[in-house]
Amino acid sequence: MTGAARYVDDIALEGMLFGKTVRSRIPRGRIKTINFDPDYDWSRVVVADFRDIPGENYVALIENDQPLLAETEIRHCEEPILLIAADSKHDAEIAARHINVEYEEAPPLLTIEEALSCGEIIYGSDNVFKSFLIARGDVDEGFRQADHIITGEYRVPHQEQLYIETQGMIAIPGKGSLTVMGSMQCPYYVHKAIKQLFNLSDEQAIVIQTATGGGFGGKEEYPSVIAAHAALLAHKAQRPVKMIYDRAEDIAATPKRHPGIIRHRTGVRSDGRLMASEIDIVFDGGAYATLSSVVLSRGAIHSPGPYGCDNVRVTARAVATNTPPNGAFRGFGAPQVTFAYEMQMEKIAAELGMDPLELRRVNMLREGDVTATGQRLNWSVGSEDVLNATVERSGYVEKRRTVSQYNNGPKRRGVGLSFFFHGAGFTGSGEAKMKAQAGVEITPEGRARVLTGSTEIGQGTRTIFCQIVAEELGVGYDDVEIEEPDTSRVPDSGPTVASRTCMIVGRVVQFAAREAKEKLLRFVAERFGEADAQLIDGWFMAGGKRLASFGETVREYVNMYGELRAFAHYANPPGVEWDDDTYTGDAYPVFSYGAEVAEVEVDMDTYEVTTLKITTAQDIGRAIHPVLAAGQIEGGTLQAVGYGLLEELVWERGRVVNNRLTNYIIPTSLDAPEMETIIVEKEYPHGPFGAKGVGELPMDGAAPAIAAAIFNATGAFMSDIPITPERLMAAIENMSAPQAIDNPDKQ
Amino acid sequence: MVYDPTVLTPTNLEEVYELLAERGRRAKIVAGGTDLMVALNAKSLAAKEFINIWRLNELRGIDDEGETIRIGALTTYTQLIRSPLIQLGIPALVEASRTIGAIQIQNRGTIGGNIVNASPAGDSLPVLSAFDADVEIGSVRGVRRVSFNTFYTGYRQTVMEPDEILLAVRLRKLNQNERSFFFKVGTRRAQAISKIVMAVKAGMTGAEINSISIALGSVAPVVVRAYQTESLLTNAILNSAIIEQARSTVSREITPITDVRSTEHYRRTVTGNALARVLWRLT
Amino acid sequence: MKIKFEINGVVREIDAPPMKRLLDVLREDLCLTGTKEGCGEGECGACSVIVDGEAVNSCLAPICQLQGANILTVEGLSRDGRLDPLQQAFLECGAAQCGICTPGMLISARSLLDVNPRPTRDEIRAAIAGNLCRCTGYIRIIDAIERTAETYGLRSHSPYADQP
Repeated sequence: MTGAARYVDDIALEGMLFGKTVRSRIPRGRIKTINFDPDYDWSRVVVADFRDIPGENYVALIENDQPLLAETEIRHCEEPILLIAADSKHDAEIAARHINVEYEEAPPLLTIEEALSCGEIIYGSDNVFKSFLIARGDVDEGFRQADHIITGEYRVPHQEQLYIETQGMIAIPGKGSLTVMGSMQCPYYVHKAIKQLFNLSDEQAIVIQTATGGGFGGKEEYPSVIAAHAALLAHKAQRPVKMIYDRAEDIAATPKRHPGIIRHRTGVRSDGRLMASEIDIVFDGGAYATLSSVVLSRGAIHSPGPYGCDNVRVTARAVATNTPPNGAFRGFGAPQVTFAYEMQMEKIAAELGMDPLELRRVNMLREGDVTATGQRLNWSVGSEDVLNATVERSGYVEKRRTVSQYNNGPKRRGVGLSFFFHGAGFTGSGEAKMKAQAGVEITPEGRARVLTGSTEIGQGTRTIFCQIVAEELGVGYDDVEIEEPDTSRVPDSGPTVASRTCMIVGRVVQFAAREAKEKLLRFVAERFGEADAQLIDGWFMAGGKRLASFGETVREYVNMYGELRAFAHYANPPGVEWDDDTYTGDAYPVFSYGAEVAEVEVDMDTYEVTTLKITTAQDIGRAIHPVLAAGQIEGGTLQAVGYGLLEELVWERGRVVNNRLTNYIIPTSLDAPEMETIIVEKEYPHGPFGAKGVGELPMDGAAPAIAAAIFNATGAFMSDIPITPERLMAAIENMSAPQAIDNPDKQ
Repeated sequence: MVYDPTVLTPTNLEEVYELLAERGRRAKIVAGGTDLMVALNAKSLAAKEFINIWRLNELRGIDDEGETIRIGALTTYTQLIRSPLIQLGIPALVEASRTIGAIQIQNRGTIGGNIVNASPAGDSLPVLSAFDADVEIGSVRGVRRVSFNTFYTGYRQTVMEPDEILLAVRLRKLNQNERSFFFKVGTRRAQAISKIVMAVKAGMTGAEINSISIALGSVAPVVVRAYQTESLLTNAILNSAIIEQARSTVSREITPITDVRSTEHYRRTVTGNALARVLWRLT
Repeated sequence: MKIKFEINGVVREIDAPPMKRLLDVLREDLCLTGTKEGCGEGECGACSVIVDGEAVNSCLAPICQLQGANILTVEGLSRDGRLDPLQQAFLECGAAQCGICTPGMLISARSLLDVNPRPTRDEIRAAIAGNLCRCTGYIRIIDAIERTAETYGLRSHSPYADQP
């Protein structure tokens, strides 16, 4: 608020050098030679390549197939080859211009179609990083019982996270240690990568998150790369090194949302009931596996939508292409498949001549229903609540009835609906394996300090953790603080992703606080001989009498035992089980649900779409902090509006050509609709105070709601996003009925 | 080696002329910086010498000359937007200025910069073209006037010599039978480069068009006038048939391209639609 | 080149290459890191400051043009440790999430309220159209500016309140 927050580029250290990356200009091939201009004074800079890496040349993640620096093989444009550290950013750039890399090019695979056709093989035997199959019931039988079979093919593009603060890191070499600090979501991911690359122990590698100007998944896995780059230079130069990407490099080189092609084949009865659902998903993973298997997994599990169908078959593949590896972006596979399944529902409704709302009601999952992976939805199912709340507040039914009065002039209006869900926490056995840890320390001053690797990236982690602990301990919110996100001081709570920070880690924090309180209660019981003491409003009480204050008790405890710390780790609630081999069971401990109504106006002369208003109800279990929760919904919704209408990467031979903000278009304040947000609280018994995930759910609904509204306004069914004016115009022109517009200004 | 170019800051026009005579071929003029600094930041500008003209108040001012208005080259978009003279006399220029960038850009961007930067998508340029503006150019050799519609000789190329500087642009005010319109379709609602941009000035007597000029940006390497369409409409009675004819004539008359922002087909079609919409407003 | 200007009410003199961006002078020479770089091309507005009463992108302003200028940055908004009413409203309305766009937003808002103390929501949207935010959807930022206008009316801390 005052400009005092220290983001990584605000930090300057004594003797600090500036780092720059020399990157591949070709999408595929081999490095023939690297020429260093002999007329340049190379003693002015430090240059590092893969041979300088003490450990092994890979970035630890899942498959470990991504090198930190290219050796001879090049698999994508912008692949990092060399690193340069110099006294100033300018000097580093000049030095880079004196390096000439010569390549031997090979034919690249640049699209999903090219990867699938296997004209070239760039990964494994068939260019497929990973595939999944989800099967339930008997789809063939389901199709036989269906009255109609409807097919659809949906395409979704790359999307750039566009955090306003670009990627940045500072690395500081120490005696037998290495510290990296910077913009990141997951200090322990960076920690794991650095340890391996530099042969360091847990204590020798220190990773600290600085104030982070937006992440949205874009700072989930990528920071390991830039951190290790800065660290390698720091290690070689034995001086601190800062590396900050400018916007053009950031857009061109870092991971994006996986683009995809999703095909649906659905058998329905005439009354709208889904009888069989066959879905095929292909995501473009880019050149290295990185997180594609997990994105694909979430996509596959969400692809049938929050609908009941006894016969489902989902085939999903992530393929390799010679483009920069794609990765995490809010939603992580779900926004892609949600666009597809919701547009498929619109299509089905249109073919059956059925009200799209009614079609949702006929098929939606309710409490007690079973999903495609065989998960019975036992708790916290706010599906009907969100649909009813959204429909009512938006006036959807009435507006759908009357919208046609606008539709004979130059500007047409439409109203569209979407209905969606999002599993909170890691998929399947992820959380059980992770066993996220968090702790609470109570200081002699009587303050509670939360110890967690979860990070604040604008979503309010710090605030809600303080709230949770304050509530649990019965102390004031201002008496709780968060320990700095420094791996030498906090445990691994897992990454700040997957809508898990409140629901999973918040729960662990709550348990840790509870455990700290239990320790104190046992202490009080012993000391005062009161077995039934309680902690109320900062006082330990028994039988209505005050025994001792919280502060006093803590001081005595710490005097006696040295410190007061309690830790807890995550375990799935009883009955939550997942089978990785058959891909069946409880995919997530719980789902969050959302419904959204978008009202649009389409200018029939320019085909520009104005989103007039979005109304959305989202069931998040419990809003620990209603303002922050609403902020998540509003922000995620606008990102999804960008996904649906404005944003896509434009490529030329494997290079992004619109890697500047003039040409990569995100919504400005004049592009943003008014929004009405309704928070529905269908408490999740195993979340802190009933909370479940909110971070990603808002990303899922806007694109299909807007597309449905455009369909309502113009009759044009858009199966690809973004729905740019150019694409909308082409679609409308291709429709059979010509548009007869008389005096456009009569309206 | 730090990038440290030479910057000269003349305090009057004579000094500028002398500096340009001496080094006009290698030095770049810096005005508001909203185009030049972007190129400098992106390292696509190699210049090592700059002439900073920001202090030259001789290049500022919006002067009422009776039938015409003279706008100094350093006039910012914000100044144009707030000028009652422009609001009344050249309303399309106010509309155009409002669509350029956003407030921060409007406060520093200048009309002179828009003209000499010579982008085919420059948003003020169709207005200047439709109003048959002329530009005043100065150098040690004196001052000359050039009709704006002959100012560009090709993509990002102008008739200006290396030792010349743009001083001002002059436009005729609308008379009481005339109206002006501005229409832009950008990539989004603010901070947007135009996909099509159009300015129209028309004089009517009843339903008859006495005169009309239609200028278009972003559909050719330079801003162009739709002369064929103008000729179709001049002395015509404005009715729905002629409007439909104009729609298709202008679409066929232009030669837009497909680029990172839009497609040829879109530009053709929407230009036609935009003109039709403007013509309907005239009825 | 020696440049003298007034920054947040204090006269400062620095020596810098004449084409150095005002943004870099603020962050490096003056250690005022509140103003941020988001794009280097005048699109995102994170670098916005007020120069002689007008909001500008400091990434596009070369220092040689700021001789004698009067500059206000986000650090200059609060006085004596007290938050400016705008900053207070931003806090109350939840208008900041990751915070990186906030300094620029505050500057654009301050600049708006100095000339238009009672803007409509549409006018507010237009005033911040050159400030990109990826976190909030803009809703609460607009709310905060609207609330400041309603609560504080014509009263303003800014020295530019009387400028035309």
